Amino acid sequence: MTVSILIFLPLLAAAALVFLKNEVAKLAALFFAVVELALSAYFLANYIPGSNTQFLVDQSWIPQFGIYFNAGIDGINIIPIMLTTLLVPIIILTTFKHEYTKANIFYALILFMQSGLLVVFTALDGFLFYVGWEAALIPIYFISALWGGENRIKVTLKFFIYTFAGSLFMLIALIYLYTQNPSHTFDLHEFYNFNMTAKQQGFVFLAFFLAFAIKMPVFPFHTWQPDTYTEAPSAGTMMLSGIMLKMGIYGAIRWMIPVVPQGFDQYYPYCITLAVIGIVYASIIAFKQKDGKRLVAYSSIAHVGLIAAAILAWNVTGVQGAMIQMLNHGINVVGLFFIWDIISRKLGTRDLSQLGGIAKNNPWFAVAFLIITLGTVALPLTNGFIGEFLLLDGVYYYNITLAAVAGTTIILGGVYMLRMYKSVMQGPTNDLTLTFTDVTGTERLVLVIICALIIVIGVYPQPILHLSEASVTQLVGEVNAKLNALHAPAAAVPVK
Amino acid sequence: MEKFFNIVQSVPLNHYILLSCILFSIGVIGVLTRRNAIVIFMSVELMLNAVNLLLAVFSVFRNDPSGQVFVFFVMALAAAEVAVGLAIIVMVYRNTSSIDINVLNKLKW
Amino acid sequence: MDKYIWLIPVLPLIGFVINGLGRNLLPKAVIGLIGTLLVFAAFGISIATFSQIHETGKAINVTLFQWINAGAMKIPFAFLVDQLSAIMLLIITGVGTLIHLYSAGYMSHDEGFGKFFAYLNLFVFFMLLLVMGSNYVIMFIGWEGVGLCSYLLIGFWYTNPDYADAAKKAFIMNRIGDLGFLLAIFVMVNVFGSASYNVIFAKVKMLEPGFWVITVITLLLFVGATGKSAQIPLFTWLPDAMAGPTPVSALIHAATMVTAGIYMIARSNALFSFAPVTMDIIAYIGLATALFAALIALTQTDIKKVLAYSTVSQLGYMFLGLGVGAFTGGFFHVITHAFFKALLFLGAGSVIHAMSGDQDMRNMGGLWKKVPITAWTMLIGTIAIAGIPPFSGFFSKDEILAHTYEHSKWMYGVGVLTAMLTSFYMFRLVFLTFFGKFRGTHEQEHHLHESPASMTIPLIVLAILSMVGGLIGVPHVLGGHHELAHFLKPVFDNPSLHNKVEELPASTEFMLMGLSVGVAVLALIYAWVKYVKNKHVPVRDGEERSLLATLSYNKFYVDELYDFLIRKPLDTASNFLYLVVDKMGIDGIVNAFGSAPLESSKGLRLLQSGNVGFYIFIMVIGVIAVLAYSLGLTDILHK
Repeated sequence: MTVSILIFLPLLAAAALVFLKNEVAKLAALFFAVVELALSAYFLANYIPGSNTQFLVDQSWIPQFGIYFNAGIDGINIIPIMLTTLLVPIIILTTFKHEYTKANIFYALILFMQSGLLVVFTALDGFLFYVGWEAALIPIYFISALWGGENRIKVTLKFFIYTFAGSLFMLIALIYLYTQNPSHTFDLHEFYNFNMTAKQQGFVFLAFFLAFAIKMPVFPFHTWQPDTYTEAPSAGTMMLSGIMLKMGIYGAIRWMIPVVPQGFDQYYPYCITLAVIGIVYASIIAFKQKDGKRLVAYSSIAHVGLIAAAILAWNVTGVQGAMIQMLNHGINVVGLFFIWDIISRKLGTRDLSQLGGIAKNNPWFAVAFLIITLGTVALPLTNGFIGEFLLLDGVYYYNITLAAVAGTTIILGGVYMLRMYKSVMQGPTNDLTLTFTDVTGTERLVLVIICALIIVIGVYPQPILHLSEASVTQLVGEVNAKLNALHAPAAAVPVK
Repeated sequence: MEKFFNIVQSVPLNHYILLSCILFSIGVIGVLTRRNAIVIFMSVELMLNAVNLLLAVFSVFRNDPSGQVFVFFVMALAAAEVAVGLAIIVMVYRNTSSIDINVLNKLKW
Repeated sequence: MDKYIWLIPVLPLIGFVINGLGRNLLPKAVIGLIGTLLVFAAFGISIATFSQIHETGKAINVTLFQWINAGAMKIPFAFLVDQLSAIMLLIITGVGTLIHLYSAGYMSHDEGFGKFFAYLNLFVFFMLLLVMGSNYVIMFIGWEGVGLCSYLLIGFWYTNPDYADAAKKAFIMNRIGDLGFLLAIFVMVNVFGSASYNVIFAKVKMLEPGFWVITVITLLLFVGATGKSAQIPLFTWLPDAMAGPTPVSALIHAATMVTAGIYMIARSNALFSFAPVTMDIIAYIGLATALFAALIALTQTDIKKVLAYSTVSQLGYMFLGLGVGAFTGGFFHVITHAFFKALLFLGAGSVIHAMSGDQDMRNMGGLWKKVPITAWTMLIGTIAIAGIPPFSGFFSKDEILAHTYEHSKWMYGVGVLTAMLTSFYMFRLVFLTFFGKFRGTHEQEHHLHESPASMTIPLIVLAILSMVGGLIGVPHVLGGHHELAHFLKPVFDNPSLHNKVEELPASTEFMLMGLSVGVAVLALIYAWVKYVKNKHVPVRDGEERSLLATLSYNKFYVDELYDFLIRKPLDTASNFLYLVVDKMGIDGIVNAFGSAPLESSKGLRLLQSGNVGFYIFIMVIGVIAVLAYSLGLTDILHK
């Protein structure tokens, strides 16, 4: 059994969905997503934590150009893969109370996107990685442009061009690497091993960084994000924020830093600074947002900024934190967007000033919202804490001042999240919020699953940390060994 | 044939080239300045024939028949072009009751 | 015993789960019973643990599982119960049980009864985690967890937006401190390679005292403590926290949670004793807070606000004690304060209960006859806090003051002044509430009644403890043995912390005691003259006050100051960053990239005039240009 089944199942399912009737599309999509989840659970059960690649598929694709269908699972990508297969059924479940026109196409696009995302996460060949990267972009474009809010066309176009421009830089970088590679392949491990001059690596690093920074997004490449998150339909926003932005994080860990360590070495102080500025910047902007979805969008920039900073600090603690935080952020942000989906569907508004007092008559909703909020503000024994704790420690190893500045996220995060919770759930009820009815059926199911994940991961994170430990240690070690060898003649640099 | 070649070669090559250039320039000026589609057409033919003349002359001067073969190609092409072009002009006339090319300015901006 | 130690925190957690899930299904009696009994069971195990430690003198170490393991960061989920935490366990579960019992009566009419007990149980769980953790990260879990419960309980009546705001404020101010704590953990893990107490305290002994890294760590830890224990500058959340139900104020904001900062510093005494600079800062901050809060308490008219500021002030005392090296004394005050302040809050709750929810002392008066048990117990609590012997507060306060005297004379003077103020405002509270004539409405007067037994029993138990609690620490000069100091010796076994006070001559010690008791009694008499004999009542809002009284009544405008210095600028920054920098600046640049091609196309498309002649003309020019270039005419021109 190889990962190709994991990649192609959603693709086939998407093709099948196109021919189904709208009424059954929902259930069929859920069915396929759950089968996919079961499959990934099978892989997880048979995965042996270690640094070697497993369930490998290595198929010749376009051999003339040294392009291979080369994919597998190891400690670096197992968490994003599990995140994808876990979140897609949850996201499909969140749409059960919506009636979309042309639902079969809608769900087909989601499954198509899942396939693209899985290609990105499993690919060990640069070309395949790029194909998956763009393939994932196409369905989300249509999802946002066809089922989005009022300004969807303008906003989606901007999002598309913005991220596409970033991807093109990545394509240039990949092709450049290909031409420089003595054996003329796109193979990841060959990228790791051949040498380029520091200047060459610097350019490749910048091209990669641009692509990944736009995707994540890192300040100041973020302005597509709040608009897109606000305008896209909730399921699309969840796919974007829950899974797709992890492409950027994952790409930085696997395709950027280890491939061009010297380029990384030249520029990472600036990049970390940008990421840390982004944390404070986005947090402060989130204070006064009136639209709930936009507030969550800015909070996501802040949280992702911290992940980016820790990755760029490049040490085992930070990268391990990034690994688990990818999962946590996915879960939490999907939860938050689902909360806003419920509110806007039931009350027709996302304006904080019009809401209030919902907690009083809706205990299930109130508790779920509270738990998700606490997970987001990184309270201990919720998943967010594990991630942010390790991330901040990772940044600390680089620089204590930056860690202190980045650490303000736990204060500022508390400010805007509690402010949001207060203006939605607390205070007196008004005529509008009195009409709110507590969550039922699939809504309740989704919220319970998300809350359970938040608490379980927060209380016992070790199994998840263990999944990626060996691979991360090896990857970080290799890069740092190269860098230390580089710095050694000049001066003894402490091991990061 | 030999005699014909001699007669042709009795005029210096430069004169032919000059004549061709003049003919060609008249054609270009005709195309640029006239608005009547048929006149433009005729001017284009003039340009083609200027080239034909040149081809034929070079063919003679260089003793290479391929130039004359090209002339035939060009003439065949010109005939086909006239057929299509006139058909287009007829259609234009039926639609606009005019063969002034400046009337045909819908395709702009 | 070691095997069952995990039960201590888990029992309240079970209570939280049962009460949380069954909050609307179970009858109130069952909820109250479950909540109280589980904490009581934890109290039982705590007693057993305490007696074991008392006998063997050995700390208990239990590792449950590996919690976080990433790179250099290795955090086991492990418990350490030694002398210090054993006492904390007793306080938390003991006072906790009493307050649960009290709440069963106090909250009986509230529709959120089940929720309240669930939160209370959760709080006890986190508080136990805080004191039982064997490393700083586990302490941090409890540390933030109690902050969460504090948030939930302050905002218990969240439909009132002011209460919800108070809850938010408490959480955020606590978080500011928490960031300091978190950074301290990072530094410690980096420097010592572990967050475990045993490792850190063993390694720190090898360092030079005053080493700057230790100073940094301790300062960061102290930032955490100022948040949790409401010290300057992060104290303003505590008075607002009185928005919560009164049992919460008693348990969280008087007896346990707010003393977490003192516990943490006492726990880390090995670190702090190596950082004299930090110790001085702690002493100054503690002293300043004690005096400042006492000044505010003088003119407050809300009965709970007076107690709240008194708590801030007493916490300042404890920090003063820690700062001057009286770790035992500071911790002693934690214990006695837990008794008498819980008692005072519960008594205040009983008064408020009798007054049908009114908290304004200007409407009270003459309640002595109506609520005798409450009145007697509160009087006992007041005597205890005022430091009049032989009640508990005297011994602990005296120990702190004696150490302060040894440390610095002027600080001692301020400390005594604060003690006098404390005595004054506390007796003012008692006299205004229980003496004189009733000043409320007829309806309130009609409703006046003593609280039910579930509320008065905790009061009586706490009153007894407030009376005799000080006997565990009777100093040698009074013929005692200071049991507490002996018991805690293994924890505070630190060469730089030797008890200097024991070197003071007995006459000096007697003089110090006499002075502090004397000023307390003087303040008592002054309060009696002012509020009982002359029947003075604080003026209503809107009437003239003297300048100092206005300042004190309005809490020296600290909230307004913070509003002006922090909240307003942040709000402005938020709007500015969003509208100007983000929308116009960064997004403007991005959009410029988009509109540049658009704008240039607007100009260039005019070339497509639709005039065929023009097209041909351009084409001819183009052809000529290409020909000219390809035939090398440009070269000719250049020549």
